[in-house]
Amino acid sequence: MSYLEYNVKYVPTGPRKFLYINWPLALLLIAVASVGFLMLYSVAGGDLSRWAEPQMKRFGAGFVMMIVVAMVPIWFWRNVSAVAYGISLLLLVAVELFGETGMGAQRWIDLGIVRLQPSELMKITLVMLLAAYYDWLPLKRVSHPLWVAIPVLLILLPTLLVLRQPDLGTSILLLTGGGALMFIAGVHWAYFAAVIAAGIGLVTAVFESRGTPWQMLNNYQYRRIDTFIDPSVDPLGAGYHITQSKIALGSGGWTGRGFMQGTQSRLNFLPEKHTDFIFTTLSEEFGFIGAFSLLALYALIILFCVVSAIGNANRYGSLLTLGIAVTFFLFFAVNMSMVMGLIPVVGVPLPLVSYGGSAMMVLMIAFGLVQSAHVHRPR
Amino acid sequence: MRKSPGEKNRSQAIVTRRSLLVGGLQAGLVGVLGARMHYLQVSQSDQYRFLAEENRIKISLIPPERGQVFDRTGRLVAANVPSYRVTMTREDTIDIDETIARLGKLITLDPVLVEEAREELARRRGDVPVTIAEKISWEELSRVAANAPALPGVEPQVALSRSYPLKSDFTHVVGYVGPVSDYDLGRIEDPDPLLNLPRFQIGKTGLEARGEELLRGEAGTQRLEVNAAGREVRELGRVEGMPGSDIQLTIDHMLQNYVQARLGDESAAAVVIDCESGDLLAIGSAPAFDPNLFVNGISVTDYKKLIENDRRPLVSKSVQGTYPPGSTFKMITALAALEAGVISPEDTFRCNGKLEVHNQEFGCWKRSGHGNVDLLASLRESCDVYFYELALEVGIERISAMARKFGIGVHHDIPMSSVASGLAPTKDWKREVRGESWVIGDSVNAAIGQGFVLASPLQLAVMTARLATGRSVSPRLIKTIDGEEQPSGAGAPLDVNENHLRQIRRGMYEVVNHARGTGRGSRIMGEETRMAGKTGTSQVISRRVTCDEVPWRQRDHALFVDYAPYDNPRIAVSVVVEHGCGGALAAAPIARDITLQALYGEDPPLSEYPARDRGRIGSQQERLREMRPPPRGEEPGRA
Repeated sequence: MSYLEYNVKYVPTGPRKFLYINWPLALLLIAVASVGFLMLYSVAGGDLSRWAEPQMKRFGAGFVMMIVVAMVPIWFWRNVSAVAYGISLLLLVAVELFGETGMGAQRWIDLGIVRLQPSELMKITLVMLLAAYYDWLPLKRVSHPLWVAIPVLLILLPTLLVLRQPDLGTSILLLTGGGALMFIAGVHWAYFAAVIAAGIGLVTAVFESRGTPWQMLNNYQYRRIDTFIDPSVDPLGAGYHITQSKIALGSGGWTGRGFMQGTQSRLNFLPEKHTDFIFTTLSEEFGFIGAFSLLALYALIILFCVVSAIGNANRYGSLLTLGIAVTFFLFFAVNMSMVMGLIPVVGVPLPLVSYGGSAMMVLMIAFGLVQSAHVHRPR
Repeated sequence: MRKSPGEKNRSQAIVTRRSLLVGGLQAGLVGVLGARMHYLQVSQSDQYRFLAEENRIKISLIPPERGQVFDRTGRLVAANVPSYRVTMTREDTIDIDETIARLGKLITLDPVLVEEAREELARRRGDVPVTIAEKISWEELSRVAANAPALPGVEPQVALSRSYPLKSDFTHVVGYVGPVSDYDLGRIEDPDPLLNLPRFQIGKTGLEARGEELLRGEAGTQRLEVNAAGREVRELGRVEGMPGSDIQLTIDHMLQNYVQARLGDESAAAVVIDCESGDLLAIGSAPAFDPNLFVNGISVTDYKKLIENDRRPLVSKSVQGTYPPGSTFKMITALAALEAGVISPEDTFRCNGKLEVHNQEFGCWKRSGHGNVDLLASLRESCDVYFYELALEVGIERISAMARKFGIGVHHDIPMSSVASGLAPTKDWKREVRGESWVIGDSVNAAIGQGFVLASPLQLAVMTARLATGRSVSPRLIKTIDGEEQPSGAGAPLDVNENHLRQIRRGMYEVVNHARGTGRGSRIMGEETRMAGKTGTSQVISRRVTCDEVPWRQRDHALFVDYAPYDNPRIAVSVVVEHGCGGALAAAPIARDITLQALYGEDPPLSEYPARDRGRIGSQQERLREMRPPPRGEEPGRA
């Protein structure tokens, strides 16, 4: 595909591009991030400088970054997809070799100026590469086993590297996000059915084999699963996070205890209250109404992305937008499920709300790509 | 790869279809999340709200200040003093060894306690404070407090602890407190949550134990907001408790000190009672011990020393000890006979050293006999045969009834530990308790305060006070509670013929003041202070031997009771010296000294003593003066 394939006449150029940015989406992002500022201010006990202010600065920088990325034509991003993926992969390997250990897992790489988390970067570059791949691949080959094997490898390689760090949350995100993109691109559903069936079979086997001489996991691993299923068996150990988190959510009620009135988070009953578990503070202080509003904002962001993608005749832009939307969805869905005790605790932050620079930057770049696809779509 | 427009449309259609599928799945998941939110936050809200409250609120007890005990002059007997200790909390301490080393440079650490603390720090939960130094001085505590930033997890603590400034003087009256033990928790049915506080002190013996309810007060409560580590964040509310009641005793600390000092290391007891009001002015029991030893838990060696001492320092002999009253009981026998009308004071009996009753021989202490004796002579010279004869005439029932009228065999309810009731035996009692029938020999023995008759020094003092006044005086130990005067022990006149009483008093007067009286050696010289008394010697084993021939444990008990002044009785005194051989020899001199001390309120002039005793008494007074408590003002105040 070449530059000429686009109907250049209908693509805005120069400063006019600015007006073609998907502004409702940008406003939604600002709204979600603002919820984050509010909550970070609250969990710091009314201290702006501790978390809220740095987070605001990052979001500001991220927002500018998003606009800059949006201004760059989407075909440029398509052309650098493979390179970006390659660099991310190299960085992941570098982390494996020289990375610093932070929070008990090897995730960070120090580039001198910034400390980078390559696994975050991989979340978009994988989506970019897969979108470019399916943009390039003729439709009739999409479901051919060989052409299915290639993206599977492209997904598994970074997933396994991330899993080794170990970062279960991100590897789930990579695996599911990549899989979803393959599905959207039109890979035959039978592949997915087979994988899901195999997965179910494996889980069944794991549980069925428990207590027999052929059991597939160690006892401690089974106990971890038990704790997830019933946190009350170990309320002060592994089940502590879930129990306290549920207490925080539950005590919010319809309207919550009020801003800065949450006792669970303020009194340190909640672990990671400013990062992975920030949703509990929101739920406790603003209740069901507040929590559901945030969920609605997230859903709207997904909706705007899907609408933008469906209206985009450019296959790369469309796939990229959908891939990023799915990844974003996975972010908040996994985080919320985790704090609400639906799935075990895996380290996934609440996108745009949890405190953290790397994730915020990467997300804003991702939305920059979504915006670029939107701005430069054929009309 | 070029794509045809057809392929392009087809691929776009697939993307649209599939993305709507994925979008639908996402919408479904969002629905699940929303439903879960609703379930947790709305349906289950009450339950979780309750759990959150439970999480964050801790109710802690504020221990009340224990009531203090004063003597009748207002001198502090049991005080509360701040006790300083240092605790350490593992989870707040970064490096335990380093912190202990730093602490060691600031204050002197007890290596034993530090070792215990280390072990406890390792064993207990991370947020439990463990005591690492106790009984430190205020200076040391302030040093720790000033260096707090360098000592993470170390906290200086202030608590009130019991202290007995007069040391051993009041041990047997007031008793002592100690930390609640598992034994206590099993023994007493007391749901007070205060008892579960670590190192909470409760009364173990004496007034501290008997008056526990009054002295303890009521706990206040404090509702505290705590964080996940259990650390207090702020106070939400507080309900003030009630401090314990202050108790003022009828005891005079100077007299009490004198009594204890005078008894010294003898195994002895003495009681001084106000004849009119029944106020107990001194309750001595020796040997005594320092109750402060017990407050924080006594060491094994100290305790062993107290337990193994055969003079039983842990027993409060003045109220717990019961002794055959011996000849001090003769007034009761005589009064019973007079009241029954079986004799008149002038009637005489012949004493030839022994009396045979039903082929059983009962000897008089004087083998050669007293000859013809009447009431006065028999009391004065303590003729046993005279009283044997009375017993045969009047019978045990009337003697015992008279004894109970005078407080023997009756429980005097004063707030001290294990107050003994003594025994005024009856025929029924013997049948019920011993399963034997009463024999005449039992009455004969009882007539001279031997056999089954038992009395405590307290009962003997009450008896003497009642003889002196003819009123039913009852002992009183507590003067005021929280400043409120308690009912006096003054009693109604006893239903006893005053003339008979006068005969008895005359007899007691002659015991001390008559040339042939058994207690003449211990007479008081002053006209205004003359005393009346009665000696007693009660057999420990029934053998006729002299004192020097037998080991201490088998020697006779020495007793003496008296009141003074004879003409206008103010105080009554009883003294028992265990294994002291003879009342006149061992008990009477002590009783006289105590009587004079009580009458004067200070060291009496030597002119009160017979001339030949003055030198000895003078140096004795000097010796005892050194044991007096420091003057008021040096005592600890209310903390």
